[in-house]
Amino acid sequence: MDLISGAIAWLVDPAHWQGTDGIPIRLWEHLWISAASVLTAAAVALPVGSFIGHTGRGASLAINLANIGRAIPSYAILVIVLPISLRLAPVVGYEPALGLSEIPTFTAMTALAIPPILVGTYAGLREVDRDLVEAARGMGLNEPQILFRLEVPLALTVILGGIRTAGVQVVATATLGAVVAYGGLGRYLIDGIARNENDRLFAGVILVAGLALVVEAAFALLQRVVVSPGVLVQGSGRRPGPFRELAEVPRAAESPPV
Amino acid sequence: MRPDQPLIDWAWIVDHLDDIAFRLAQHLALAGIAVAAGFVVAFALSMWALRSPRVRALLTAIAGGLYTIPSLALFAALVPITGLSVLTAEIPLILYTQQILIRNIVAGFDAVPAEVLEAANGMGYSSRQRLRTIELPLAIPLIVSGVRLAAVTTIGLVMVVTLIGDNFGGLGLFIKEGIQTFFATKVYVGAGLSVLLAVVVDLALIRVERRLTPWAASHGALASLRELEA
Repeated sequence: MDLISGAIAWLVDPAHWQGTDGIPIRLWEHLWISAASVLTAAAVALPVGSFIGHTGRGASLAINLANIGRAIPSYAILVIVLPISLRLAPVVGYEPALGLSEIPTFTAMTALAIPPILVGTYAGLREVDRDLVEAARGMGLNEPQILFRLEVPLALTVILGGIRTAGVQVVATATLGAVVAYGGLGRYLIDGIARNENDRLFAGVILVAGLALVVEAAFALLQRVVVSPGVLVQGSGRRPGPFRELAEVPRAAESPPV
Repeated sequence: MRPDQPLIDWAWIVDHLDDIAFRLAQHLALAGIAVAAGFVVAFALSMWALRSPRVRALLTAIAGGLYTIPSLALFAALVPITGLSVLTAEIPLILYTQQILIRNIVAGFDAVPAEVLEAANGMGYSSRQRLRTIELPLAIPLIVSGVRLAAVTTIGLVMVVTLIGDNFGGLGLFIKEGIQTFFATKVYVGAGLSVLLAVVVDLALIRVERRLTPWAASHGALASLRELEA
């Protein structure tokens, strides 16, 4: 395979590990915008998902909105935001370069990350045995205590599963940022095509796919560390409830990374 | 995107309705071919997977692995092999539908209750009859929801094809040209119509599902959507 050996040769060339177009810088750009997007999405989706999961109110509206959100391609969000963020630069007073690259990329990636986290949080909380919630209420726990001491620990596997899906999708899709002149690993794909350099292109593919796998593994490890061992044992012996399937849906809707 | 321009230049849209209709049709055709061909392939593979857990694990792994390859890269990788032909666009699109379609088709057949299958056996159905008249109708809701997801995803992916070459790519070409020439109207026509197309196709497929399963009063998530519509 010429393509693969060429890409590997490109990857090990020390010249490609230096400067602003070097792998460390591109990796850093890729990671920080992905992390910022997922954290922002979590800051929105975790409270909203907890609220509808705990109270059961507004569930069908939120789930349907999340479904519609998944139908809108990230590429569309990226380019819809672009003209607006460019135009707002002089009005709000940020650098035009931010409006050209960072803001559209960040917005599209945040929008991509919200649905899986929202649906995962909602589904995880709904799956908690209602008898346990009743028992907790009978024991005199108030609603926040029920949420934080009972529901969240029991639902943590599914909640983290949603964040994991979001993280992997965002890392893989953040390559799109290169279309609007952002850095990140997508630069190697876009520049590789533009300059007709297959080695650069496939090195980019290897880096993006590899990073997605690393992120997936890191979240798997996090799940193992954070989730109470008691829940895991109980969970493994139980048949997944109907809401678990709902939580799996976002995985199916993942668009392949661009 | 220049501040002196309006965000949407309606006169341009009116002047270019022919062009817009052509690219919309091209977009729909590229996505339609991919989903139709993808469905035929996925259905055959699913029948195979249902017979053997090994094949099933293998197919799941392959289809899942394909999903980690950035689509832009897959399109670009095919250019040296298939040139700038429709095949370069269709092969990755078809490959990407497999993950969703196989999963849902297999899950649809899996969801048929064992008692129903036994009753059919007891009534003397041959396995072919059973598949066609019992299992397939019961599997339709999950199969159609797979087709819906595949269609929506594919419509989004067709936009990316344009980044490889201008001959195909439907609405994505407007976006590409709009970005290159800093002309926001083109970007909005391309992005807006592709989102609209995805939503319309999704709703149309819900209709198809209702036609195919007139006996079903509700199908979970579908039911809540109906409540919203009502």
